[in-house]
Amino acid sequence: MQFFFEVLIGGLLAGVMYSLVALGFVLVYKASGVFNFAQGAMVFFAALTTVGFISMGAPFWLAVALALAAMAALAIFTERVVLRPLVNQPQITLFMATIGLSFFIEGIAQLTWGAQVHALDLGIADEPIEWLMGKTGMNISKFDLVASGIAAALVAVLAVFFNKTRTGRALRAVADDHQAALAVGISLQRIWVIVWMVAGFVALVTGLLWGARNGVQFALTFLALKALPVLILGGFESIAGAIVGGLIVGASEKLAEVYVGPYVGGGIESWFPYVLALAFLLVRPEGLFGERRIDRV
Amino acid sequence: MPADRKIGAAILEIDGISLAFGGVVALQGVSFDVREHEIRAIIGPNGAGKSSMLNVINGVYHPQQGTVAFKGRRRRSVDPHQAAQQGIARTFQNIALFRGMTVLDNIMTGRNLKMKSNFLQQAVYWGAARREELEHRARVETVIDFLEIQHIRKTPVGRLPYGLQKRVELARALAAEPELLLLDEPMAGMNLEEKQDMSRFILDVNDQMGTSIVLIEHDMSVVMDLSDRVVVLDYGRKIADGTPDEVRSNKGVIDAYLGVAH
Amino acid sequence: MFYREAGQFKSTYAADQQLFPIRQDRIGMAILLAVAFAGVPLAAATPMLAGAIDFNYWFSGMLIPFLIFSLAALGLNILTGYAGQLSLGTAAFMAVGAFAAYNFELRLPGIPMLLSFVLAGIVAALIGIVFGLPSLRIKGFYLAVATLAAQFFVVWALTKFGWLSNYSSSGVITAQKLVVFGYAVDTPVKRYLLVLAIVSVMALAAKNMVRSATGRAWMAVRDMDVAAEVVGIPMMKTKLLAFAISSFYCGVAGALYAFAYLGTVEPAGFDLDLSFRVLFMIIVGGVGSILGSFLGAAFIVLLPIFMDLWATSIERSFGFALPAGLVSNLTLILFGALIVFFLVVEPLGLARLWQIAKEKLRLWPFPH
Repeated sequence: MQFFFEVLIGGLLAGVMYSLVALGFVLVYKASGVFNFAQGAMVFFAALTTVGFISMGAPFWLAVALALAAMAALAIFTERVVLRPLVNQPQITLFMATIGLSFFIEGIAQLTWGAQVHALDLGIADEPIEWLMGKTGMNISKFDLVASGIAAALVAVLAVFFNKTRTGRALRAVADDHQAALAVGISLQRIWVIVWMVAGFVALVTGLLWGARNGVQFALTFLALKALPVLILGGFESIAGAIVGGLIVGASEKLAEVYVGPYVGGGIESWFPYVLALAFLLVRPEGLFGERRIDRV
Repeated sequence: MPADRKIGAAILEIDGISLAFGGVVALQGVSFDVREHEIRAIIGPNGAGKSSMLNVINGVYHPQQGTVAFKGRRRRSVDPHQAAQQGIARTFQNIALFRGMTVLDNIMTGRNLKMKSNFLQQAVYWGAARREELEHRARVETVIDFLEIQHIRKTPVGRLPYGLQKRVELARALAAEPELLLLDEPMAGMNLEEKQDMSRFILDVNDQMGTSIVLIEHDMSVVMDLSDRVVVLDYGRKIADGTPDEVRSNKGVIDAYLGVAH
Repeated sequence: MFYREAGQFKSTYAADQQLFPIRQDRIGMAILLAVAFAGVPLAAATPMLAGAIDFNYWFSGMLIPFLIFSLAALGLNILTGYAGQLSLGTAAFMAVGAFAAYNFELRLPGIPMLLSFVLAGIVAALIGIVFGLPSLRIKGFYLAVATLAAQFFVVWALTKFGWLSNYSSSGVITAQKLVVFGYAVDTPVKRYLLVLAIVSVMALAAKNMVRSATGRAWMAVRDMDVAAEVVGIPMMKTKLLAFAISSFYCGVAGALYAFAYLGTVEPAGFDLDLSFRVLFMIIVGGVGSILGSFLGAAFIVLLPIFMDLWATSIERSFGFALPAGLVSNLTLILFGALIVFFLVVEPLGLARLWQIAKEKLRLWPFPH
């Protein structure tokens, strides 16, 4: 029983990491209706830039600040070159454009900083929490706990931002109806730059946490893919959904691997979340927290 | 209207149809019939449920109560695909053409239902598929001639002006050789000349092909001139049913259009 | 001046429905086929040219992969370009084709090789139908998730179930020698001709399907599925047929990929990256276009080769070695930029550019 809880909690905490990636997607989708396939590449780029500056001798805080500036520049570039020319195109076109964008960002990241794996030390050890270990014998990492805390804080900040500030309101207006937002004087271009900067910030936090855990490497870009099942479970437009979806995916993935895996030779993690998402889509296409769409003929 | 056109027995019977979307009631207990070879108009203020009624007839919406009987087969709901197979065709208020295809291809899709060759025969093409393709092309060309759109047959529909798009949509519906044709505001957005052309086409379809027509229209003069009988809907209910003259002098209808509270 | 249609009147529908209604197009196609089937092999056989140009590399490194990927792009174009069902699982269906063909050859001794390929395609088609079932309820890029599930699941299954790869480690298989109708297809020229023949036949079949009722049904579902239903087009049959035929094409492409190109393949080689490559081919080449599949495949197959050649020539002329990975990163950047470029500038891809060029050619030398 204790083992089950260990796996469960481990899965939940891993799920928090997925939630972080999904959060970036939700932000962009909520505000521009674009499914940003490049989010994974942005995570990679942000982490790599930070590590790159650190290896050039910059102190941690400066490296992070510079990386943040780079993400802001990337946001402006993206809005100019990708979003603005494609403004009225169908969703699928924008999605494919973000696929192209992700390749572009990956190439630039590796070109600038090289393709080796970099280690990232955030000062939080990936060790079991001692008193918990002593009391219950469960092996839960300090790092995972801190990561969850940071994610929770981030979510809270974003929720406040979206619901309480003027810019947040404008973002929600744009997500709902571009034309109507334009009609009340909201500048689409400015909003999109802001959204992508915020997404870039989330990507940076995600990249730092993931990078500290697994090393900053190219594989980070595939996080984008893991976020898809999370978004399907949680709905593409809900921050709460991203969290819950991430937790579900993380937990179920680990549990499936541990309890079902041995019967089929292991490695289930590679496809289980997608099949889960697929099953979900057939039953509830809009996700747990998403909105039902009714098409008028 | 020519006196020799015989209007037959009822080909479509709508019985007690009620339709709601969540809390919004679109239709309440609507009953009427459509006789063979006649032109039946459905009129009413905006939001009266006219388009919803057409959508129920050809299966796009499924009513919660009531039945639709077409050619004697009574059922609660059908699939749009089945409705097409049974001989019902329609046009839409906001043109529903296939934008990625040419006019000719759009109209040819109206014949897809009647084409029997399978994909393997079509992959080979020479032989059965080619013969069938040419045969149906010939039929489609008669529709194209009838609606006078020969000059645009290879144009992608997205490039056509609104009036011509509406004509192409009508052509696609006619290509299926339907027994019942549902037209949702065929004259919307047209100028006087285009309306006259479209009226002429609708009358010709009814005359020459004997097609029964159900027509939603806002232009009263068109309704009065074209239709044999009229149904009036208001807030999802039927408030009048009769010849154009009967309906025109009906107090309830006048009130509904003038917006008298009721 | 040369490309005039003047004087070419069509007096029957049959004449109008031809594949190449304009005489100049017919001549052009005939020349292209002659060069492809006869001209190139003959050139490779003449000693003078064979000494100067490395034809083996041309065949094995450029023409054969170009043809195979054109076939895969055709498959994806049928599903995504014509039927409008986005798929990110192309490589998975290629993998199914490759492994199925291998297994048929292995376990049914004496089976004609072409039959193995056809059966492999059919197996891929069946898998395609299974993973296409969700399309009956889901649309757009939600459907992409279903195809992603296919992509990851198939690769995992091919690695895990050892029987499929005859119990080799990590699922590596070595394709059997190509023998067609008793002839050993063992030189690059022969492999090229075999692949060319197969691809030509299948491309013709695709073109025929696409201009018939099947193709119209697909495009109707793509453009407005509610209207398609109203016109009487059966949704389920149309979508599943698209998945089936598309997967058949990808399966055969996968079989050729293993048997006529690489020789040795493993499940991990049919990864998401490969699926994206094929997707890029149809974006660049032109979605919803048979010609576009070929143009896009040519572009994406040849681009890395040219990048390598360019890099080598720079290294040679300037005398220093470029940093490792520079070329591959530049290729990534270029791919990404090109995708965005095409989507912005010409969403209908190279095929549309070709069409525009032909239209201008019709008027040449007059401006309009």
